[in-house]
Amino acid sequence: MEEHRDDIGSRMGMWIFIFTEILLFGGLFLVYAIFRAKYSAEFHSAAYELNTFLGAFNTVILLISSMTVAMSITAVQKGDKKLALILLGITILMALTFLVNKYFEWGHKVHMGIYPGSDLLKQFEQGELMFFGLYYFMTGLHVFHIIVGMIILLVVMYKVNSGTINADKFVLLENGGLYWHLVDLIWIFLFPLLYLIT
Amino acid sequence: MDDHHENHITPYITHLKVLVTLLFLTFATIAVTYVELGALTVTVALLIATVKVFIVITWFMHLKYEEPIFRYFVIGVFLLFALIIFITFFDYAFR
Repeated sequence: MEEHRDDIGSRMGMWIFIFTEILLFGGLFLVYAIFRAKYSAEFHSAAYELNTFLGAFNTVILLISSMTVAMSITAVQKGDKKLALILLGITILMALTFLVNKYFEWGHKVHMGIYPGSDLLKQFEQGELMFFGLYYFMTGLHVFHIIVGMIILLVVMYKVNSGTINADKFVLLENGGLYWHLVDLIWIFLFPLLYLIT
Repeated sequence: MDDHHENHITPYITHLKVLVTLLFLTFATIAVTYVELGALTVTVALLIATVKVFIVITWFMHLKYEEPIFRYFVIGVFLLFALIIFITFFDYAFR
């Protein structure tokens, strides 16, 4: 019996989900834009606290991982299962590196006493409070997407290995890749807005 | 439907070229913030970010090789978001 499948419809569904994610983060960017307009001086001084080097390093990591996941589709299309698995493995390792960097970045801030609800933060100006609130919420929601992306890519890796995803049928890999690129897209805007506006 | 046999295979070298372009733009964004442009800094940083997003969507997300309907959807969503920003700031400015 002919198996029913609709790859275009499947990718369309993933894109529509991505649109909802863009509007979710879009709303947060809008909140950021309004408060930045209101407290521009405080946003400037607060952004000095962020580590530009770590932010830039994480940008590079995400861009490379986006390339490896895109390359893994090429590898699967060419029937090179081993290379596809290696590329997906590198992507997940990159994601882990991102999380480790984030741990040190947040850890350093918490150590300095800058975290939501801390006594030090309560003494800050209203604008700086807003900046750090948005910083923790937006990067936190983004980190949550990184973790979900890692789980999706692990499932995809398992299916590439078992042959469920192959040169003839790889829409799940494409959709997993689309999700991972979304994580990259969000960071492309988060990085200049939070780390570089000083 | 045999659509899955028409899939475009992007060569590895294309992905590598896209990555190099994106990395170059990232360093350009960082460099721009060290130049004193005043209010223009944010504008330039956002412009570069938009170019990067366009590149990721076009090549990494394969929008270039998708059915045209996907492009209309993406353009529609970005127009919708631009409209939301415009309306919100319009409201904010005249309060």
